Amino acid sequence: MSDLLLSLALILVKLGLIFGVILGMAAYLVLAERKILGRMQLRHGPNRLGPFGLIQPMADVIKLITKEDFMPDQADKWLFLFAPGLTALTALLSFVVVPFAPPLTIFGRELPMVVCDLNIGLLYFLGISSLGVYGVVIGGWASNSKYSLLGAMRSIGQLLSYELAMGLALIPVVLSAKSFSLTDVVMSQADWPNLLKHPVAFLIFLVSIAAESKRTPFDMPEAENEIVGGFHTEYSGMRFGLFFVGEYINLVIIGSMLTVLFLGGWHGPLLPPIVWFAIKVLFVAFCFIWARGTMPRLRYDQLLHLGWKVLIPLALLNLLVTAAVLLAIG
Amino acid sequence: MGLWRDIKGTLQPFWVTLGYLFKKPATIQYPEEKRTPPPRYRARIVLTRDPDGNERCVACHLCSAACPVDCISMQAAETEDGRRYAAWFRINFTRCIFCGFCAEACPTMAIQMTPDYEICDRDPLNLLHEKQDLLIDGCGKDEEYNFYRHSGIGVVNPRGGNADETPPVDPKALVP
Amino acid sequence: MASILFYILAFVLLAATLLCVTCRNPVHAVIYLVKGFFALALMFYLLGAPLIAAWEVIVYVGAIMVLFLFIIMVLELAPREQPQGPGWKRWVPGLMLAAAVIFCSLLIIFQDPSAASGNPAHFVGPRAFGEALFGRFGLAVEVVSFQLLFAAVGAYYLGRYQPREQDKEETS
Ligand code: SF4
Ligand code: SF4
Repeated sequence: MSDLLLSLALILVKLGLIFGVILGMAAYLVLAERKILGRMQLRHGPNRLGPFGLIQPMADVIKLITKEDFMPDQADKWLFLFAPGLTALTALLSFVVVPFAPPLTIFGRELPMVVCDLNIGLLYFLGISSLGVYGVVIGGWASNSKYSLLGAMRSIGQLLSYELAMGLALIPVVLSAKSFSLTDVVMSQADWPNLLKHPVAFLIFLVSIAAESKRTPFDMPEAENEIVGGFHTEYSGMRFGLFFVGEYINLVIIGSMLTVLFLGGWHGPLLPPIVWFAIKVLFVAFCFIWARGTMPRLRYDQLLHLGWKVLIPLALLNLLVTAAVLLAIG
Repeated sequence: MGLWRDIKGTLQPFWVTLGYLFKKPATIQYPEEKRTPPPRYRARIVLTRDPDGNERCVACHLCSAACPVDCISMQAAETEDGRRYAAWFRINFTRCIFCGFCAEACPTMAIQMTPDYEICDRDPLNLLHEKQDLLIDGCGKDEEYNFYRHSGIGVVNPRGGNADETPPVDPKALVP
Repeated sequence: MASILFYILAFVLLAATLLCVTCRNPVHAVIYLVKGFFALALMFYLLGAPLIAAWEVIVYVGAIMVLFLFIIMVLELAPREQPQGPGWKRWVPGLMLAAAVIFCSLLIIFQDPSAASGNPAHFVGPRAFGEALFGRFGLAVEVVSFQLLFAAVGAYYLGRYQPREQDKEETS
C-alpha cells in the first residue's frame, strides 16, 4: 500500500513540477518571441517592465485577467465558455508522455523522468494533438461570427492536410526504435540522432508539426490580416489568454517532441541530460520564432496541395525505403 | 532548376533575418532619448508679440476660419486708439491636428507653430489653452515684422504714410 | 471492479449515441458522439487493447469526427436561432456524461497504478496486434484495403473536372 502511495505521490510531484515549468516556459516564450521578433524587425520589443522587460508576462496576465470577459449575443454559451480550456488542457496533456531525462534512482527504486511512460506514448501524442483542434473548432463555431467560423474551417482543413503526413513520418522512427514508447525512442538514438538516420522523415515531420502549431507559415486559422484573428476573434480577457497560452504550451510540446523523436532527446556530451534536453527544446522554439520572423503566410489551398500532393507521397516512399533498408540490414 | 530556386528562396530569408537580429535597433527610446525635431516642425501653437512687445494678434478670426477642425475660438475687442486685440483666445488642443493652416492664414504672424511636441495630458481640460498659456514674450520666427507698421491704426493717411510706418508688404515678394 | 466500470461505460456509450441521434443541433450531436467514442476507447482499454483504444481516439475522434464538423460547417446545418427555454437543462446530460467518462478514466488509473503504464491484466501489445492483423487476418485486411482503394478511385472519378452540360453547349 505504501508502495502505491509513494508512486502516486511521485507522479503528483512530477506533474506539479512539469506543470509549473511549462507554464513558466510558456509565459517567457511569449516574452522571448516578442523580443526576438522585435530585434529581427529592428525594434526592441518589450523593455519597460523590469530589466529587459522580464516582468512583462505578469503584466500581461494582470491585463488579461482584469479585462472584460465578453460573450457575443447568440453564441452557444457552454461551448463558447469551454473551448479555450479545452485548447489549453489538450496542450498540457501532451506533455505527460515526454521523457526529459534518463530514469533516476531515488529511495532505491527506479524513477522514470516522465510523468507516465505509456508503451503507446507516440500514439497518445498523436491522439491528443489531434484533439487540440476541437478547442479551436468548437470555439470558432460557438462564437457565432463569420470570421471565427472561417478560422475554424481553415483549422480543420489544415488538420486534414498535415495529420496523415505527420503520422506517416513517424513510422520510420518507430521502425528503428522497435517500440511506441518515447523512452525507447530516445534510447534508440544513443549513437546517432534520428535526424541523421531519417532526414526525410524529419523534414516531413517538421513541416507537419509547424502546421499543427498554427504558427506563421501556416497560421491561416488565425490570420490577423484576413480574418481578424480567426477562431479567437470574439474572445477576450482570460479566455483569449487560455488560447494564447495554449499556443505557447504547444510550442514547448513541439520542441519536446522534435527533440525526443529526432534530435536525440537527452543524449549529448559533457552536460547533464536534462540540460541537453532543455537546450534542444529551446533551440527548436527559437527556430519556430525565427521562422515566424522570416516567412510569409501560405494560402489555404497551398497547404492542402503541399500536404496531399507532396508530403504524403514522399512520406509513403520514405516509409517503403526505410522499411526495406531496415529489413535488409536486419 | 525551379526546385533549387525554391529551396534557396526559402532558406536565404532565414539568413537575412538572423543578420537583422544582431543589428542595432532603430528605435529611439523616447522618454530617455529624444529626437531634435527640425525647426519648422509643426507642434505646440504659440501667440507671439511684435518687436515693440505688443500682442500681434488683431482678432481677425482668419485662423479660426482656416482651422479644419474648428478648434480656435476668440472674442475680438478694440482699444481706445482703434487697435484690435483678442479679449480671450482659446485653442482646444484635444482637437487640433497640427496642420498649420492657422499659422499660414494669420496676416500678422501672431499665431505660429513651434517644435515643442510634448503636449499630452491625462485631463483633457488641461489641453484647453487660454490666451495666457499661448502668449509668449518674443517674436517667434520673424524678428522684424510688425503688422501695424505696415497697415497703420485708424487709417488717416494712405497705408504706411504715417511717420513711424513702413509701406505695405508686397504679398508677391513674400514668396520665399 | 472492471465489470462495474464496463457497465458504466456501456451506459455512457449508449446514452451518448442516443442523445447524438436525437439532438437537433448537429454540432452538439457531434460532441455527444465524441464522448461516446471516448467511452468506447476506455472500454477497449479495459478489455486489454490499449492500441485499439489509441486508434479509436486518433482515427475516429481526431480525424473522422473532425471531418463531420467540417461538413456541418460548410453546409451551415446549424439551426439559425437558439431554442427557447432554460439553457442549462440542455446541458445537464452532456455534462453528466463527460463527468462519467472522466471519472472512469481516473478510476482506471487509481485503481491500478500499473494501468498508467499500460499493462492491464491481459494485455495485447503492438507486436501481437500487428501479427494478428497481418498474419491471421491478412486476407481480410487486404480485401478491406482494396475497398478503400475503390472508394478513393470513385472519389477521384466523381471529383475530376468536367465541364457542365450547358457549358459544353454554349461553347459548341
Ligand atoms: S494647426 Fe490646424 S488644427 Fe491646429 S489650430 Fe491650427 S488650423 Fe486648427
Ligand atoms: S492669430 Fe492671426 S489669424 Fe488668428 S485672429 Fe489673431 S491675427 Fe487673426
